[in-house]
This record gives sequence, structure tokens and C-alpha cells, in this order.
Amino acid sequence: MKASGEQTRRYLELVARRGPKKPVLRNAVMAFLVGGAICVVGQLILNILVARGMTPQSAAPPTSALMVALGSLLTGIGLYDEIGRVGGMGAALPITGFANSIVAAAMEYKREGFILGVGARMFTVAGPVIVYGLLAAVLAGLVTLLLRGA
Amino acid sequence: MAVAVAGKRVGQATVAFERPPALVGAASVVGPREGRGPLGREFDVVKDDDLLGEASWEKAEARMLVEACRTALRKANLQAHDVDYLLAGDLLNQLVSASCAARDLSLPYLGLFGACATIVEALALAAMLIDGGFARFVLAASSSHHNAAERQFRFPTEFATQRPPTAQWTVTAAAAIVVAAEGAGPVLTHATVGRVVDMGAQDVNDMGAAMAPAAADTVWQHLRDLGRQPRDCGLILSGDLGHHGARLARELLGRTGVDIGSAYADCGALVFGAEQDAHAGGSGSGCAAAVFASHVLPRLQRGELDAALVVGTGALFSPTVVQQGETIPCVAHAVAVRGPGAYGAGPGVGPERGDARA
Repeated sequence: MKASGEQTRRYLELVARRGPKKPVLRNAVMAFLVGGAICVVGQLILNILVARGMTPQSAAPPTSALMVALGSLLTGIGLYDEIGRVGGMGAALPITGFANSIVAAAMEYKREGFILGVGARMFTVAGPVIVYGLLAAVLAGLVTLLLRGA
Repeated sequence: MAVAVAGKRVGQATVAFERPPALVGAASVVGPREGRGPLGREFDVVKDDDLLGEASWEKAEARMLVEACRTALRKANLQAHDVDYLLAGDLLNQLVSASCAARDLSLPYLGLFGACATIVEALALAAMLIDGGFARFVLAASSSHHNAAERQFRFPTEFATQRPPTAQWTVTAAAAIVVAAEGAGPVLTHATVGRVVDMGAQDVNDMGAAMAPAAADTVWQHLRDLGRQPRDCGLILSGDLGHHGARLARELLGRTGVDIGSAYADCGALVFGAEQDAHAGGSGSGCAAAVFASHVLPRLQRGELDAALVVGTGALFSPTVVQQGETIPCVAHAVAVRGPGAYGAGPGVGPERGDARA
């Protein structure tokens, strides 16, 4: 039995009315705290690198790399999914979350071997970020080029 | 040519068993999280590691299913070679857990897919096979594993996501029930095979809402076919609608004039405590199976319950077609179970002596 469009609309309305509400405020506060804490760690690393003589600009790439390493480590020891459960987007959006999406997939699919498992499926979650991140970068580059003139 | 009238059919979709088959043994094996839940002490075996020392979640699930089958047979005082058919299924592609378990048990096997309704589908078919004279003993079994289901249906298990409050937690559990032509134990009196109901839900994080209309449809059909009222059914037990879906099913039935009252429970709502962060409750083909086998059957056996209507609920979707924009087809099947009453309590249901907790 497949419901008609009208039946679907009315049923989904009922579902929305009766359903549990998302704790939006709590989620936002936790995302702010968790995301903020991750950024504070990143800033600390950057400050240490600068204090040791790097320029802020040259210190940025190694800071990102260290944050990726940290996200990977926390994923490997089974902590980052817990951070994500509490922090939501606050844990997913920083670069540590990007690392988590790749390492989690690599860990999960290792059981299917290094070629068809890790190799083929490591970017199942991160893939879209990379594809559309690259696309956005190219578009932004083109726009910059047009505005500045060749 | 005259068409033979199927004498055991009642109404539109229900069958009544002439010699109601008995449930002579049942067992469940669950993971650590389920073991910490409110029903933890009632399961036969609680594992302390959800990988069971195996190389993959899939292997762990198959092993739990084998253990549930062997324990149920032992509790029924049967050997594997007594079993005429194993009817089993799970949530994984190609029913790998059930098939690998059937391989290890070396039994004649029919694989079933009814998603989380699989155990009730298996019980209904087992009773038909037995009452039809095609089998003496049938093993009905199903399983699910949280992590195996997670990586197939959603994300890698270590991926950091936040689940919405309507989401359910696939349980790590396997259960098996021995259905016999005769023997001491609760009996299966009727089965109602549900039609697929699709109300157009597409949210895979709200399975309860997707499945509730199917559950309401099958309960309504069962009552109508048998001319029963909800109070005639004893406990009405839905499979895994969760807190949210169970509320919806109750409301949908209420709108058709059926008040299921207080004798209603949902396995998904029973299996986890509020503090376990399982959101809307448990789900998975091991959920209804383990809760029925270890929580409800023993109560029927002991006479604490007279009867139960077990309504397995399944969301028959695949991630592929949902991503393609397909809606979620759902099904619910029901079996009516009555306590052994005058026949006395049998040995096979309820905690085993010596309580095998691993």
C-alpha cells in the first residue's frame, strides 16, 4: 500500500507534531564549546611554533598537519566519535573532524584489505568534501582572476 | 476445476493453526550495551566484547547467532539433527550472518529477509510448516549487530556524528526459538502476514515513524480477521518502533477506533534505559527476537502473561534506493502466542540452570 501525496503530507505532519524535538540550544552550546576548544588547541600549537621562530604564515601548514595528526590519534583510540556525539558540528567542522572522517573509514574498511578496503573506501565520507572543496577553490580562483584582470 | 478452500485461513490475512505448535526452547545472546540495559539479566548470554575476539563485526554476528541456536536447542533437549529447517535472517546484504551460521550449524536452511520483522516472519512460517505436516522441529532465528549494520547502512563506526532524537540504535543481539509439533511450552495459535505499507517516509533516522503505520495496519487486520478486541490478545508487543513510533502506532490505531490500552509494549523501547543515550530506543532484527525470546516467552511460560500478540516491524529499505529518492516500504507480521496453561511449564524457556553468562 503506497500512500498518496496528500496522505503522505498529512502523515508526515503528524510525525513532526508528535516527534521528539531536537535540543537545538544545547547542541549549539556544545558545538560552540567543543569546536572552540579544538580551535584553542590549534591556536596554542600555532603560538608555540611562532614563539620558536616561525612566521605566522609559515607556521599555519604544520599547525594543520599537527591537528590532523591529533584528530587521527583520537579516532584511532576510539575517542573522537564520542567527542562528535557530544559536539556535533563543533567536532565535525574543524580539520580534526576531516581527519576523523578519513581515519574512521580507513579503520573500518581495513578488514576488506589494503587495496579494495582502505585504498578504495578511505574517502567514502571525506570524498565529497574534497571534490566540492576543490571545485569551490577553482571557482574562487577564477573569480579572483577575473576581478584582478589577467 | 474446483479450488480447494484453505480451511485454516481466517479473514483476509490470518491463519489459525489446527494443532498450535509449541515454543519449546528459546535463547538469546547479546552485546555488552544490551547487557547493561534494563533486560540485561534476562538474556541467556551477555558478551563483554562486541567483536567476540573475531576479525570482523560480521563474523561476530554469525557466531552469536550460532550460539543462540545451540543454546535454544540445548534448552529444548534437542540435537541439531532433530531440526528439520532453520529459518533465519539478519540485516546484512545477502543475509551473510544467517547463512554463515547455517553453514556452521549444518542445517537445512531457508534464509528470510523481513528486516526487523524477520523473527516473526520466521515464527509464522515455522508454525505453517509444522501445522502443515512438513516438519516436526523448526528453528526460527535472527540477529543484528550494531557495528555491522552501522557500516552497511550509515557510516564507519568510528566516524563522529550526532544522531537526531528520533534515531534508533541497532542492537547487537541474536536469538533463536525452537518451534515444535508438540511439547511443553507456549503455543502459536495464529499468524497474520502483513502487507507492505509505505506512507512516504524517507527519513532513515526515523524508522519508528516509517514503520508505525505498517504495525497499526497489521494489528487492525489481525483483530478484524479474528473478531477480537485488544484485551483478547494479552500483551501486544511491537518489534522495534521505539518510543516515538510506538506513540504513533497507538495514535493511528486509536483513529480507527482501536484502543490498545495499557497492555502494549515495544521491544525497542524496552531494551535500553533512558540513560543509555539510545535516543528513540533499540532496533534491528535481533531486537524483537531477543526481547521476545528472553523477556516475554518466559513470562508466558511462568503464567505471568496469558497471551501475547507479537508484531514484528520491518523497514524494507536499502541505503542505495533511499539515496535515489525512494520512500521506505515497511511491513509488520503478527503471531498470537498463548501460555501453556493446562499443559504445564516446560523446561526449555527461561534462564538455563547454571546461567551461561559469558
